[in-house]
Amino acid sequence: MSNKRPILSVENLTKVFGGVVAVDNVSFTVDEGEIFAVIGPNGAGKSTLFNMITGVLPSSSGNIYFQEKRLNRKKPYQIAQMGITRTFQNLEVFDNMSVIENVMTGAHITMKTNILTAGLRLPSVKKEEIKTMERAIEALEAVGISDLAYEMADRLPYGSQRLLEIARAAISNPKLILLDEPMAGLNSEESRQLVEVILKMREKGMTFLFVEHDMETVMSISDSIVVIDNGVKIGEGTPEEIYQNPQVVAAYLGDEEEEGVEAYA
Amino acid sequence: MNSKSLKLIYNNSILGPIIFFVLLFCVPLVSSSNYLFSILTMVGFYALVCIGLTTLTGYAGQISLGHAAFYGIGAYSSAVLTGTYGLNPWVAIIIGAIISAVVALIVGIPTFKLKGYYLALATLGFGIIVYTLFKELSTITGGSNGFFGIPPISLFGFEFITDTSYFYLIWIFVFFAILFTRNIIHSRIGRGLRSIEGSEIAADAVGVNLMNYKLQIFVLSAIFASVSGSLLAHYVSFINPDLFVANTSIFFLIMVIMGGKGNIWGSIVGAAMYVLLDEILKHYVPMLLPNVGGQFEIVFFGILLVLTLIYMPDGLVPRFEKLISKFKKKTPTNGALQSTISANATGGDNK
Repeated sequence: MSNKRPILSVENLTKVFGGVVAVDNVSFTVDEGEIFAVIGPNGAGKSTLFNMITGVLPSSSGNIYFQEKRLNRKKPYQIAQMGITRTFQNLEVFDNMSVIENVMTGAHITMKTNILTAGLRLPSVKKEEIKTMERAIEALEAVGISDLAYEMADRLPYGSQRLLEIARAAISNPKLILLDEPMAGLNSEESRQLVEVILKMREKGMTFLFVEHDMETVMSISDSIVVIDNGVKIGEGTPEEIYQNPQVVAAYLGDEEEEGVEAYA
Repeated sequence: MNSKSLKLIYNNSILGPIIFFVLLFCVPLVSSSNYLFSILTMVGFYALVCIGLTTLTGYAGQISLGHAAFYGIGAYSSAVLTGTYGLNPWVAIIIGAIISAVVALIVGIPTFKLKGYYLALATLGFGIIVYTLFKELSTITGGSNGFFGIPPISLFGFEFITDTSYFYLIWIFVFFAILFTRNIIHSRIGRGLRSIEGSEIAADAVGVNLMNYKLQIFVLSAIFASVSGSLLAHYVSFINPDLFVANTSIFFLIMVIMGGKGNIWGSIVGAAMYVLLDEILKHYVPMLLPNVGGQFEIVFFGILLVLTLIYMPDGLVPRFEKLISKFKKKTPTNGALQSTISANATGGDNK
C-alpha cells in the first residue's frame, strides 16, 4: 500500500442553505484505486456533498481538487470531461433509447464526430460508431447485461437499469466513478450482483466514491469510510475503525435497523 | 463485429428513402395536374421546415414556437437580395441561411437558458418581433403590401417556373435533408440530442454540453426553415408578412406533432396531413358555413392538436410502426428480457 496517490481531495467543504449548514467544513481524501464510502443518517448532508462534487450544486466555501485540478465552479459536463462520471440514486437512464445506445452515449466524451461529419456520414464517423458499439458491448458484458443490449432501456428491471448506469459511467474510462446510493431499491440478489461488478472493476484499477445507506455493503466492500452526521464529519477510517468509533456507533450504527428500513421507504 | 451489427441499433439503410423518393418522383408520369403539384410542392416546403423542427422538438425535446421567423428570414433575404440587389438566387439562399443561423445563435444563447413554457413563450415572442420587423421595415421589405417580383430560380439555364419542375426541386432538398438529419440522429450527435430529452441531468453527467447541443440543433433547424422560405419566395414570386405570422409557427409544430415528433418521416406525413386537411377545409367549410371568416383553420387544427396529444401523443408514424411490428415475429432478444424479468420476479423482494 505504498503507492497510494490521492485522486480526489475535499478540503473544508461547506454548504449553507439560507441559515442551515447542510455540510460543515468536511475534508477527506480519496486515493487512487480504492473504494471510498461516505455514510451517515438521513439528512446528514451526504447528497449535498455528492452534488457539490459532481457540480450540480455550488459550494459555499472550501475546495474540491481532482488530481490537483480545482473542481469548484465547474459544470457537471466539464467534470465528466475531466474523468469523473456518476450514477444516480433515482435512476436516470435515457428511457428514449435502447440499452446499448445508453452506454454509447456514455462514450460521448471519447468520440470526435461533430454535427457536420455526422450529417455527411463520413467514413471516419462510421468507423467510430462501430468501435463505440463494440466498446459498449464490452461494457455491458462487464456488468452482465449484454443480452439485453437491444431492449429499450425503460423496459429493464430496476436492478438491470442500475447496472446499465454503471456500464454507461464506465465506458468512457473515467478515473473516478461516483455512485449515489447504488444499493437503494435493489433486492438481495441484485445487490450481490452489483457488489461483484464493483469489486471486479476495482481490480482493474477503477476508483469508486459512493454514498450509501446499506451498512452491510459499505462495511464489506469499502477500503475507507467517512461518516458524517448533521453535516459534520464525525469519523474516518477503515471499516474496522468505524465499528470501534464510539461517536459513530452512537450517531449511526446504533440505529442501523431503523435506518435500513428508512432507506427503502 | 462488423457494420452489420450496427444495423441492430440503427436502420441506416438508404433503400427506404430511395424507394419513397423514386415513387414520389414518378408521380408526374401518371398525372399532369398543376393543382396536385402545387399541393405536393407546398408539402415539400413545410416538410423541409418540419425536418429541422422535429430534430429540435422530437429528439432534443426543445420546443420552438418561432420557426416561422426563420422561414420568413429566408424568404425575405432571398426576395430582397435577388429582387432589389439582383443577386443570384442560389447565393441569396446561402446568405439567407447564414443570416438565419446567426440570428438563431444570437436568439438561442439567452433563450435556451429557459425551459418548458418559458422557452415556448420566448420563442413565440421572437417570432412576433420578426413578423413586426417584416411589416414595419417597409422600405426594405415592402411592409404589409408585400414584396413583388421575386425572380424565379434557375440551374444551368433551366428556370424552375412550372409546378412540376418546382416539385422536383423542393423534394430533392427534402431528400437530402432527410438523409442528413437521419445521419445525425444515428450518431454521437443524435445520442447527445436524445439524451437531453431522456434525462438532462444524466446527459450533463456523461459530458454532453447541453447548451452547445441545443444551440447547434436550433441553428440547424433555422437553416432548414430558412432554405425552405427562400425556395418558397422564388416559387410564389410574391411574399407578405402574413405568411410568417405566429400562427404559421404553431402550424409547423402541429405538423411535427401530428406526424410523430420523434420521427423524421413524421415531418413529411405531418406536412402532408396538414396541407390535405387545409385544402379540404378551404373547400368545404365555406360551402357548409358561408358566413365563416378565415380563422376557422386555427380552431380546427387547435382541436386536432389537442385530440392528437390525448389519443396519439406519439403521432401518426410511430403508431403506424407499432402496427407493423405487431405483424412481425418477436425478436429473440425479447425472450432474453422475459427470462430476466421472471428471474427477478422470483428473486424476491427486499422489503
